[in-house]
Order: sequence, then structure tokens, then C-alpha cells
Amino acid sequence: MIAFVFFLAAAAALVGALGVVLARNPVHSALFLVQTLVSVAVLFLLRDAELLAAVQVIVYASAIVVLFVFVIMLLGVDRAESMEDRIPYQRPAAFALGIVLLLEILVLAGHEWATGQHTARGVPLHGGGFGGNVERVARVLFTDFLWAFETTAVLLVIAVVGAVVLARRSGRRDGAPDDEVTA
Amino acid sequence: MNLLAADPLYAKGIDLTVVLILIGKTLAVFAIVLLSVLFYIWFMRKVIADMQNRIGPQRAGPFGILQTLADGIKAFFKESSRPSAADKRVYMLAPYLALIPAVMAFAIVPIGGEVSIAGHRTYLQLADPDIGILWLLMMSGIGLYGVMLAGWSSGSKYPLLGSVRASAQLLSYEAALGLAVVGVLVHAGTLSTRGIVDGQSWTSWHSFVSNWFWLPAIGAFVIFLIAALAETNHPPFDLVEAEQELVGGFHTEYSGIRFAIFFLAEFMNLVTMSAIAVTLFLGGPSGPALGFVAADSWINVWVMPVFWFTFKLLVLLYATVWVRATLPRLRYDQLMSFGWKYLIELAFVWAMITGVVVVGADQGWNRWVTVPAAIVGGAMILGVLWLCIPRRGETVEEFR
Repeated sequence: MIAFVFFLAAAAALVGALGVVLARNPVHSALFLVQTLVSVAVLFLLRDAELLAAVQVIVYASAIVVLFVFVIMLLGVDRAESMEDRIPYQRPAAFALGIVLLLEILVLAGHEWATGQHTARGVPLHGGGFGGNVERVARVLFTDFLWAFETTAVLLVIAVVGAVVLARRSGRRDGAPDDEVTA
Repeated sequence: MNLLAADPLYAKGIDLTVVLILIGKTLAVFAIVLLSVLFYIWFMRKVIADMQNRIGPQRAGPFGILQTLADGIKAFFKESSRPSAADKRVYMLAPYLALIPAVMAFAIVPIGGEVSIAGHRTYLQLADPDIGILWLLMMSGIGLYGVMLAGWSSGSKYPLLGSVRASAQLLSYEAALGLAVVGVLVHAGTLSTRGIVDGQSWTSWHSFVSNWFWLPAIGAFVIFLIAALAETNHPPFDLVEAEQELVGGFHTEYSGIRFAIFFLAEFMNLVTMSAIAVTLFLGGPSGPALGFVAADSWINVWVMPVFWFTFKLLVLLYATVWVRATLPRLRYDQLMSFGWKYLIELAFVWAMITGVVVVGADQGWNRWVTVPAAIVGGAMILGVLWLCIPRRGETVEEFR
């Protein structure tokens, strides 16, 4: 049963990933991205990472990709793109980097610290009276990884401030019109 | 896979009976959602007709109660046309993207207490996952695609405008909705809907104020109700389908049963949101049992919790009809400024106040100090934020 769900979700994730790259219409690409993200959320569920699955769907599959589609619709670029590359070495470079990433994942998958069997505080994935998955993640997040957690929060605030600064700058009234940039 | 594991149904392992009970519960939830929509539409039309001194539907069945059924059957036999400029696959997919999450979201709602079927103890709710209330946010996030893609794939201007509005509105108010839910989760100490309902159990008549979360989380309750109305595109937030401006909004180009599916999904979302509000703030199925019947008789185990749940749900649904009949639609800029400038800030500050009060209770601090201090602190933060909002006619100094 679990193996069946795994192969189904993995196949859906792969098909979605190929669709993101191969679809000619940006909105279709975004939809394939949703398919991949939801399939990966199912894989998280199979590994008992329920919180991660929920966050994956709420944050990535709904909020972020909805913003993608929103921008695509707002800018009106929802027509088929030409498949010609402007940068000639892009494809071989992407291929090489993809292989490097694959090797990294294969190497990391063999290490226990990368797959998170135990954290420094000894909160295991299963058992030990630490409650459900949400409580385990909370316990680890607010003890071992508090520094990383808070730093990420600051990083996000900086990103928001930066977005506001950029939005203000393009909204100026004197100076050159910005239409050429966005068109 | 312990997405379902909190239910005592799985304690003895999974055999054929468990699977059959599960299938039965699934079908029951599906039927409940469908029937509640069927009756809600009739109820809404009747109540609004009463409020406007009309009679309302009265031809199909007694009191016109079968009117919605007749409308649904009619929609099945209408021609389903498709605009030639439409993106075919996405256009066909969109109604189901709206419908399926709307049905699935109801799975976590506890509609009754713990009962025993064929020797198995089980909750009267389809699923009680560890992530609980996050399931609602997942489903409402996916349901957004139905509205967005319907407008985009129609290949027409007005639906596109409607869906751009929809995505902006739903994203904005989802933030406030999530923060309002936090206000309850901090009190309940769990995400599981069964855990939240258990935290609001009925012990005596003062449970109404002492146990249910609507009073300690009164700010979150108000914010949740407003944000839930906006999330379900209910008036006064039905900008998505503003007839005067957008013809019909995102579903302008849909006809026949696909058009009906959008309405089905919208009313399902409304029923689900009301049910979630009952779960979070009004104690779900908790309520006084009948004293003159034995506590473990089927009336007190099966009927009374379901009765209390349905009663509270009906009160909230009546309130939604009342709002629909009373309030005029907001203007789009009012909607956005209300959501971002006031509702989200209030929800943030309320979450902070809740945090201070709950930690204070946890640490045994004096309640008469922590609660006023938290409220004063929250008011000060709100005051500073309020001063930062640009006033009407005031230009914002620009960065250079």
C-alpha cells in the first residue's frame, strides 16, 4: 500500500517536473509546478512528516504559486514562449549543474545527519513520548535550530523591506516612465 | 501514515469492518455536505424573501424545499458551451478544482462525540489528523485555483478581471484567517480539531463562557468571521462576481452544470467555514446532555452532540444570510485597505495578546495584571501602526 502510494506520488512529481520545463504556456507550467509540490507533500506524508506536508501545500502550492500565476495574469505574458535560448551556454551549464546536484543528493542520502534520524537534542522521528509530528518539529525548531529560525525570520523581513523599496522606486511620477522596463 | 491515527478506530488494527466504517463515514460526510448545501440555498432564499417581504420559492415541494434540487436537475440538462478562445483543458478542470477541496475540507469537522459502531469506538468525524486545522488552510489554498483558473482560462476580459480580484482578495484575507486561527490554537494547545473540541467540553451551564473559546478569543472570533466571509466570496465581500462591474465575474463564460458546480463549491465552502467556526469557537458538538435519559444511552451519545453541532451551525448560517440580505458590497479599494491596514494588524496584535495571556496563565502570574498589561501593550502597538498609515490625501514620501 505504502509502496504503491510512493510510486504513484513519485511518478506524479516527475511528470509535473517535466511539465514545468516542457509546457509552452507559463500558466500550464505553474500548474505542473503545483502538481509536483502536492506530490512531494504526499511523499512527506509517507515519511510521517505531516507538518512539512501541510506547510508545503499551504505555503508553496497555494500562496507562492498563486502569486506566480497572479503576476503572469497581471503582466499578460500568458502566451506561448519561444523555446530559443538567449544565452547559448545555458543548457549545457544547467545540465552540468543538475548532475552536480543529483550527486550531492545521492551522497547526502547515505548520511544519517542529513536524513534527520536524530537531532542534537535527541528528538527521534518516532517514539520517545514527544507527541505528534507538529510537536516534534516545534521542539527542535525552538531549541536546536532557534538561531537559524530567527535568522531566517530576519532575512524574510529584509526581503519584504527590499520589495517595498523597489515598489516605491518604480512608482515615482517625475523621471522616465517605467513602461519600457515592464513591457 | 498516521494522518488518521488519532481516531480510536485504528487502535485494534485495520480489518474489513474498519474499512467499511471508514467508507460509510466518507459517504456520510459527502451526503451531509451536499444536502446541507441543498437546504442552505433554499433556506437562504426563503429567509431573504421574508426579509424583503416576498414569498420566495414555493412551487417545488412543500414550502418550495425541492427548489434547489429542481435547479440542479435543470442545470444538468442545459447546454454546456465553451468559448472558442478558452484554454480547453484548464477550462474543463477549473470547476472540479473548486469543488473537490470544498468537499474535502469538511473531513476534519467533528460533528458528534465518540460512538461505537459494530464493536469499534470511533469519532463522529471523518479524519482527525495531527495537523488538524491546517487541513482547512490547505484546502482553501487549493480551492483558490478553481476560481483563478476559471477566470484565466475563459479567454475573456471580465472573467480575467474577476479572477485577478479573487486571487488578490483570497490571498489577503487568508493571512487574517490564519492569524485568527492562531488565537484559538494557543488556547487549545493543539492543532487537532478533536483536541480543540475536547478543550471546550460541557461540564455545566457556565461552560458557555468559561470553556468555549469564543470569549477568551473574542478578537480572533470576530476577525475569523469577517475573514471567513471574505474567503468564501460571501457578500459584502463578493467583489469576485460583482454583477454591475464584471457581468458575472470569474464564471461568466461557464454554463450548464459547470456553472452550477461553482455555486455548489461556493456554498460548500460557506457551510464548511461556518462548521469550522463552530468547532473553533463555539465548542463543536459540546452542549448539555438530556438529564432524564441515561448518560450512555444512544440519545445522549449519538443524537445530542449532533443536535448541538447542527443547532450552532444553523445559528451561524442564519447570520450569514442576514449579512447577505443587509450589507451592500464593498468597493475594491475599501476591501484591500480594510484587509491589509486593519484586519491583518488586528489579528497580529490579537495573537500577541493571546500569547502573553496564555504564557502568564502558564507561569501562574496574576491574571488581573497580565490581561490589562497585554491589552494596553496591544493598544500601544496598534496606535503606532495606526499613526504609520497614510491618511486620505496625504502623499507618501518616496525613497530615492
